[in-house]
Parts: sequence; C-alpha cells; structure tokens
Amino acid sequence: MEVTRARTGEDRFAGLSQQDDTQVPTDAGDRRSPPRSDAERLARGLGLFSISLGIAEVLAPRFISRLAGGRGDSLTLIRLYGIREIVSGMMIFGQGARPAAAMWSRVAGDALDLATLAAVSSSATTRKRPLAFAAANVLGVTALDVYCAQALSRNRALAPGGAIRMSRSVVVNRTPEALYRFWHDFENFPRFMYHLRDVRATGERTSHWVANGPAGSRVEWDAEITADTPNELIAWRSVEGADVENSGIVQFERRPSGRGTIVRVEIEYRPPGGAAGELVARLFNESPEQQIYDDLHRMKQLIETGEVMRSDAVPGGRGPVRQAVTAGPRGQADTLMRASIRQRDARKER
Amino acid sequence: MRATCWHGKRDMRIDDVPDPQILNQRDAIVRITSTAICGSDLHLYNGFIPTVKKGDILGHEFMGEVVELGRDVKNLAIGDRVVVPFPIACGACLACEAKMYSLCENSNPNAWMAEKLMGHSPAGVYGYSHMLGGFAGGQAEYARVPFADVGPLKVPQGMPDEQALFLSDIFPTGYMAAEMCDIAPGDTIAVWGCGPVGQFAIASARMLGATRVIAIDRFDERLAMARDKAGATDTIDYEEQDVPGTLKDLTGGVGPDACIDAVGSEAHAPGLMYAYDRFKQALMLESDRPLALRQAIMACRNGGTVSVIGVYGGFIDKFPMGSFMNRSLTMRTGQCHVHRYMKPLLERIEKGDIDPSFVVTHRMKLDDVADGYAMFANRQDDCVKIVMTP
Repeated sequence: MEVTRARTGEDRFAGLSQQDDTQVPTDAGDRRSPPRSDAERLARGLGLFSISLGIAEVLAPRFISRLAGGRGDSLTLIRLYGIREIVSGMMIFGQGARPAAAMWSRVAGDALDLATLAAVSSSATTRKRPLAFAAANVLGVTALDVYCAQALSRNRALAPGGAIRMSRSVVVNRTPEALYRFWHDFENFPRFMYHLRDVRATGERTSHWVANGPAGSRVEWDAEITADTPNELIAWRSVEGADVENSGIVQFERRPSGRGTIVRVEIEYRPPGGAAGELVARLFNESPEQQIYDDLHRMKQLIETGEVMRSDAVPGGRGPVRQAVTAGPRGQADTLMRASIRQRDARKER
Repeated sequence: MRATCWHGKRDMRIDDVPDPQILNQRDAIVRITSTAICGSDLHLYNGFIPTVKKGDILGHEFMGEVVELGRDVKNLAIGDRVVVPFPIACGACLACEAKMYSLCENSNPNAWMAEKLMGHSPAGVYGYSHMLGGFAGGQAEYARVPFADVGPLKVPQGMPDEQALFLSDIFPTGYMAAEMCDIAPGDTIAVWGCGPVGQFAIASARMLGATRVIAIDRFDERLAMARDKAGATDTIDYEEQDVPGTLKDLTGGVGPDACIDAVGSEAHAPGLMYAYDRFKQALMLESDRPLALRQAIMACRNGGTVSVIGVYGGFIDKFPMGSFMNRSLTMRTGQCHVHRYMKPLLERIEKGDIDPSFVVTHRMKLDDVADGYAMFANRQDDCVKIVMTP
C-alpha cells in the first residue's frame, strides 16, 4: 500500500531525471537497490585485480621481482606489499556499495609502489626495460584507481545527468490536511529552507524563487506546480531559463497509528557549471543530505513549536558543524551569529 | 556573567562570558540562586562524553528567579522563583504528548550528531555536550531556559532552595528508577550505587512500598546515608563482601525482585573484570564499563526487572545476554522524564514525605567550582552532593 502510493508520486514527479528513465527513489524505506554505476563496477574489477595481484605477490614474490626488473630478491617486502593488496581488495568488497575509502587506499598503495620502483631504479642491478614496463603498468592502474576513487567520492546523491538529488522524511504531529496547507503556501519555504531568501507566489500555479548561491551570490528562477493532489502531494519544478534547474515533490502520509503524518520530500537540482559548479557549491555549503535533514527538522520545529529551535551553540537553529559556533570563550563568533539572525529576522518582519 | 566552563579533561574554570539572551520567544532567562554538580557531570569532567568543546558551560541542575521572558511565555512572570527540569522539552511533539519528555523531538538542534552515535536522538539537555544541543548550562549566574512555558516549575514561597533544587534532576531520576521496578508491597529491591541518584532511588523504593531495599556501594559514609537517611534496610560494601552471595543470602536464594543500576558507565569493582574493562577502555574497544549492570542482571530473580538509571554513553562489552534472555528478565531505562514527576514530587515534599536536602554534604560558592568537581570526583571529605550559590 505504502509502496503503491509512493510510486504514484513518482509517476507524477516531473523531475529532471524523468527523461533519464531511471528509478526515482522516494526514500530509503521504499528504495530498491539502485543499479550499479560504472564507478562501482570498476571498483569491483579493481578489487578483484588487487586480490589476484596480492596473492601472486605473496605466493610467487620471486617471479614478481623479476617481472619488475629485480633479481628475485627483497622477497619479504614484496610479500608485505601482497598482503597490502589483498587487504585493499577485501576492503573494496567489504565497504558496501560505494567503497570510496577503499579505493583511496588503493591509490595510496599505488603511490607506494611507484615510490619503490623509483627507489630501485638507480640501483645498478636493476634491469631498466622490465622496470619501465612495470612502472607504466602501475601508472596505468593508478590512473584508473584515481578516476574510480574520485567518482565514488563524489556526492552520493548525484543523480544521472549530474543533478543532485536529496530525499528525506520526517514525522510531524499534524494531520496531512494541515501539512498540505502549510506546504502549499510556497512563501513558507524560506522560513525553514535556509538557502532560500525569498519565494513569492506569482499566480495560481507559479512562483518566483530567490536563493543564496555560492560565495554570497544570488540565484533566481520561476517555478510551476506540476502535480497537486490535495492532502497527498505537491510537486513543482523550475521553468525554462532558471539559473539553477530544480524540482521537488512533497508527499503526506498519515501514519498507520494515526499519530502524526510522514512528510516525504525529494528535491533535485542541477548545479550551474556541472560538476565544477557542484564542487564550488560544496565548498560553501553543507552537504545536500545535511541540508534537507536540517530543512525538514526546522519545518517540524516551526510547525510543532511555532519557531525554529535555537541553542546557545547553534543560535541559527541549523545543525551542520560548520555553522555550529562553540561556546568559546563565547565572544565574537556568537555575536556575529546573533547579529546575522537579527538581520534575518528583521528582514522577515519587513 | 561568571560561568563554569569546561576546558578539558579534569579542567573546569570560572570564566567571564556574555550573558545569555532570549533566542526564541518561548525562552526565559533565569538568575540562578542555587545550582549543583551532578554525578553525570563527572562523566563530562572525566572526558567520557564526546562533542564537549572547550569553553562549554556545564550544569543541568539549577533553580532561580525569572528575570526576562520571551513574548510567548504566558504562564510565568518576572520575579517568579522556578526550578528547571534538565531535559529540554517542547510539550508539542509526539514524544512530549506521550509524556516522554527526555525524548522531545524538537529540543535538540544537533539531533543529527546524536543520531550518528545512537541511531535516534534524545532531547536537548543543558550543558551536556553539543550532541545534546549545545545548550549553555546552569552552573553560572544566569541561564537561558527554552520552552519556559513547559519546563520550569514554580516553587512555593517559604520552601528553601535546597528542598526544591533536586526536582531538577536527581530526585525525579531516582524516583523513576524505582517506579520502573513496578514495586509491589513486600518486594525486595537492590540498588547499585549510593550516590545522590541511588539515595533517591532507595528513598523512592521505600515510598512506593518496597519492604526491603538493599544498598550497594563501597564508601562507608554513603552506605550510612542510605541506611540512616534514605531508608535502606540492608547495605553491602562491595569491596568487603561478595555481592551476589550476600544478595542470595538475603533473599533466600532467589535474588531481588528488581535491581536498580544507579552507577552507569564508570563503575568500579574489585577483581579481574575491572582490569579487563579498564584495558578495553584504554584501547578504545569499549566506551563504558558495565560492571554494576552485569552484576545486577546476574543477581536479579527469575522474571524480575532491571532498572537502569545510571548514565551510559556508548558501547559495553560482555553483556550477559544469556542470563537476561533465559531468565525472562525485563530491562527498563531512560533519561528521566523529569516534567512528569516534578509536581507530584513537589507535593510529597510539601506533605513532608521526604526532605530531599538530606543528600547535601557540601555547600560552596560558584567561584570554587573547580575544587568542588575535584572533591566530588575523588569522593574526598565524604562528599555526596555539592550545592553552589553564585
């Protein structure tokens, strides 16, 4: 039942990725395991390679030494490197779907291999041609490792086509009707979505949005409602010519116990400038996952308690470490934080 | 204002810091008249709680006079004398509606940090790490009290601070520990730890009708207080006596009907097991030493209840799951839902059922807080509870 409803939402989700014909997961609960990306498949291949090479190094170190231009010596070192390879390979399989850390460990291992080859290259006993061949091979694998590690380290929420997708749900102690009304007024969004400066309704189904971009810049777009089922769901997307193409859907589902409503939100946007733009955005912003988590928790606080909750260390009422100003000696940083809140409040009251 | 700031492991100082301000319209600012050091503050002092930062103001047991109010607080007036519950609770979320105030879903703006460690986040707490909200604590001259329309309880005129202060934490906490035992008349309850919470657990178990309450500790003065003031019928010095054997002797072999762990994560015990846990802690393979908890589980009678009120921070080792499962035990636990208990317990104080000030052994000025922490942590001078005035 739950799944059916979520799928219905997906069908109506006029998201950016619709053209890509991919699954639009609604939240972790409903999500089927997504298809493996190229990077993930590559990681598995490299993992197998790592383990095979490791076994060869442990069992036949003399052969490996000769292959790399040595005279069949330094066997202990080669065996140790073999164990390293096996561990790296096992980490790749042990780390779940996105073994980014394990891939970086392979990159570190490659660096060590290259350093070792460089160190022995000056030795008179080293045969130069096999050494060059080995170094070329290692360099090739290093390039693959770096590419794969980078791809895996990139935003987990990166959807096909370079769009960033964030989804999250939260339970709010209100009826679906009340929540639908609150969300239907897009002008409420900047009250809990802190990256938004302002949203104005411009028509029955259209609105104008102003948001903070990286480094204090300002991005704007017009949005239209693409699906609207009273008390169940609202979907919207930016229209042609937006600074940042984006779309969103919110769904309301009464909990089986009748106590409270599950609010599921999914937002997708395509950062201007593609991957580079995303990198810049990440330097200045929190992660998309943290952002939507904070947004939804602020929404819950706002609706249930009337305000966004603030603490002495988190006077802005937002969670990420970067914004969490420590007590201190509680001086300047807090004062700055409070000044910015006062400005924001003053802005809102106007 | 002056406030108690954490500067590192076993390094507490009085610093001059900016006065607290109204940040939300349901806030109050309280001028603190009495504040205390809690046993759980010692976990912060000893550096066992993550996400505490240099300069954080500690303290979650405090009371005082309302000096400033946010626009939306209608039930309090400037000048009211109030005692403040240590968990911060909004009163409006599903947890608060279920009266599970220490699980408030809105009071911890850093909930995501706690979720990483615990799966889900409990409520925000004053002066108890950034993971629990980064709220400034009450060992200070002033404190900001969020959701002041939900938490603070007005203290009747004429009631001294020392009688009302412990409604903020340790009295309700000890009471909840006893309540979780579902005591029937005639029951035998064993209480591990005779610190302030243990003392109130013992007194509450007696109030709730337990016939026999067995107090377990290693300090003579604490065992004497348990016997003479709190109402324990028996005491066991765990350094001198064999605890499981003595509990069996006292109960005809079946064990206590319920066992209360009022010790928590920094337990001591003679013998190898203590060395084992210290070793695991030193290697960071375990964060908490559950020596009292293991013993409480093993000692409890078949089908009995283990009530855990001592504070744990992270992960434990060698949990006797076989004993727990095969003998149909029940474990109940939680940070105290203080709001639930404040009014009824205030009435008990007014009626004269109990005078909570019996636990106070030391009174000092806030400026001497560093000495206070050291004295309490090292159990010097028979210290059980320190009350400070700014």
